[in-house]
Amino acid sequence: MTGALERRAAMAMLLAERGADLLVVPGLGSTTWDLAALGDDERNFYLWGAMGGAAMIGLGLALAQPKRRVAVITGDGEMLMGMGSLATIGIQRPRNLAVIVFDNGVYGETGMQPSHTQSGVDLVGVARGCGFGACLDVRDEAGLAELARRLKSFDDTLFARVAIAADEPPRVLPLRDGVALKERFRAALGVKA
Amino acid sequence: MNVQMADWPDRLFATFKRADIRQVGYVPDAGHARLIERCRADADIRDVVLTSEEEGVALAAGAWLGGERCALLMQSSGVGNCVNMFSLARTCRFPLMMLVTMRGEWEEFNPWQQPMGGIVEPLLKLCEAEVFRATMPDEVEGIAERAVQLAFGDERIVAVLLSQQLIGKKVWVK
Repeated sequence: MTGALERRAAMAMLLAERGADLLVVPGLGSTTWDLAALGDDERNFYLWGAMGGAAMIGLGLALAQPKRRVAVITGDGEMLMGMGSLATIGIQRPRNLAVIVFDNGVYGETGMQPSHTQSGVDLVGVARGCGFGACLDVRDEAGLAELARRLKSFDDTLFARVAIAADEPPRVLPLRDGVALKERFRAALGVKA
Repeated sequence: MNVQMADWPDRLFATFKRADIRQVGYVPDAGHARLIERCRADADIRDVVLTSEEEGVALAAGAWLGGERCALLMQSSGVGNCVNMFSLARTCRFPLMMLVTMRGEWEEFNPWQQPMGGIVEPLLKLCEAEVFRATMPDEVEGIAERAVQLAFGDERIVAVLLSQQLIGKKVWVK
């Protein structure tokens, strides 16, 4: 079932009080545009490709930066392609990683073809079965507010599916030079080789 | 069994430690068994067992974003699973160090291993990887040291192919 939450408003609400320690990895396509629409930030690692890889980038980052929180915010299609990574993350269970799926039940970038979730595949159930610490199914503003609150203080691997409407707001395109995105992200964290 | 007796996996482990590798992604593999065991036993290395090798390409990118070095261990069949995800490393110049145990060559008994094993080297080169091959135990460590420099110093994709002759043919135990 898709939902009624508007995707841009949902992204804005989740990151309205973004802490200095929150690093964000969006999935390719719509969630990258949603994140860029909030304004650019060096602590965002926008993806323009690597479909299926967002959650695992988040895992590597979360393990390397245990004192910061990492939020992967991706779409249902991107998550479905990397569904095995939920099993991989579940057994690592980093306390500082949240995987949030904006689920509209369609592949928005390719013409709104239905995804598996529209036919009943339950990503919250998958995450729960993979051992995530907390698994939320967010269907309304109150649930979104709760998720936003948790993003600031979560202390166990978190999964949330956010039921968004299948709309297509105007694209907001961030920087797409991958080397530049990587270098500025690392500089913002102050890490060395 | 020669997989257990050989010391080149311990030399690879020593290379990992000198290079300050902190994350190791792998899909369980007989040829890498000893190295995986050493990594799992090390308190400063996070071993990440993967469901598919492409997860490791993304893991390594995330590790580097966070300031850590990651290495991937896989069998030759896993290289094929990674191909699209290599675009992440290629586009962003993420360091990617892979140690690949070969199947489908020397005394391979299973014909299903040959199609992928036979194209690993040209495929990796198409993906702009630097490819090295180790056949003799004594050359493994030197090649691995060079791979570390290329991967993390030059931010390149590097694969060290550990030939089936080095590993020994798969022994089936009843």
